[in-house]
Amino acid sequence: MVQLLFFMAAIGAIGGALAVVLLRNPFFSVLALVVHLMALSVLFLLLHAEFLAAAQLIVYAGAVMVLYVFVVSYVGGADELLAEAGVARKLAPVFGVVLLFAFSLAIGGSALKALDTRGADLPAGFGSPAQIGELLLTRFLLPFEIASFLLTIAAVGAVLLARRRRGLEEVDDVSGDGGVV
Amino acid sequence: MNIAWYIGLSAVIFCIGASGLIARRSPLVMLLCLELMLNAANLSLIAFARMHGNADGQIFALVVMVVAACEVVVGLGLIVAMYRNRMPIDIDRISELRDPRD
Repeated sequence: MVQLLFFMAAIGAIGGALAVVLLRNPFFSVLALVVHLMALSVLFLLLHAEFLAAAQLIVYAGAVMVLYVFVVSYVGGADELLAEAGVARKLAPVFGVVLLFAFSLAIGGSALKALDTRGADLPAGFGSPAQIGELLLTRFLLPFEIASFLLTIAAVGAVLLARRRRGLEEVDDVSGDGGVV
Repeated sequence: MNIAWYIGLSAVIFCIGASGLIARRSPLVMLLCLELMLNAANLSLIAFARMHGNADGQIFALVVMVVAACEVVVGLGLIVAMYRNRMPIDIDRISELRDPRD
């Protein structure tokens, strides 16, 4: 049962990732990434990371992807032209394969014997929201606070980046598209 | 399932993301490929957390998710700003750090 779930989720994750890279229309790429993220959250569940699986679905597949969809529809993601692809772009699959070869050397050559096991015996409640919350508010309090600070900075920075700069735009543009983002 | 399967899967996803980052020209899709790579790293972090039976790796993965969210927000803000300034949404044609109107 676990194996069946793993292989289904793995096929979903790899297929979603390939679709993100190969589909021409950015809108479909975003939808493929949603499929990929859902498959990954199944894998997280199989690894007993229950809180992270839920956070992946809610934060990533929910909130972040909605942001993507809004920007794609705002910018009007045009299809890319393939004709003028340069040499570096044609070598991209070769680069990927070489990188994969290097990774498999690193994984195969690692001395981690536990890689061939199912992992250590888990304490009760491993990866549950209670345990993650306790760790975040005791041992990892400082990273938690820094992360919240970073999110605030990013939100303010994005608003500053995407706002309308009235002094710098042409006159006929000011009456054009109203409102923010 | 052995932990090595998860690590191998995360390596495959990372490589797909890395080659997509080179192959695509739209900055939107490049951001998506960055997401793929960050998620591959997250998967291996969580697999190692499972291997050691220690939830510290899961906290690390949570922090990576926060950083990825920040990166997306700033990157999408940049793309919207590019669109507003009538710049082409194409990596190859944004080659100079200059004012687009001169």
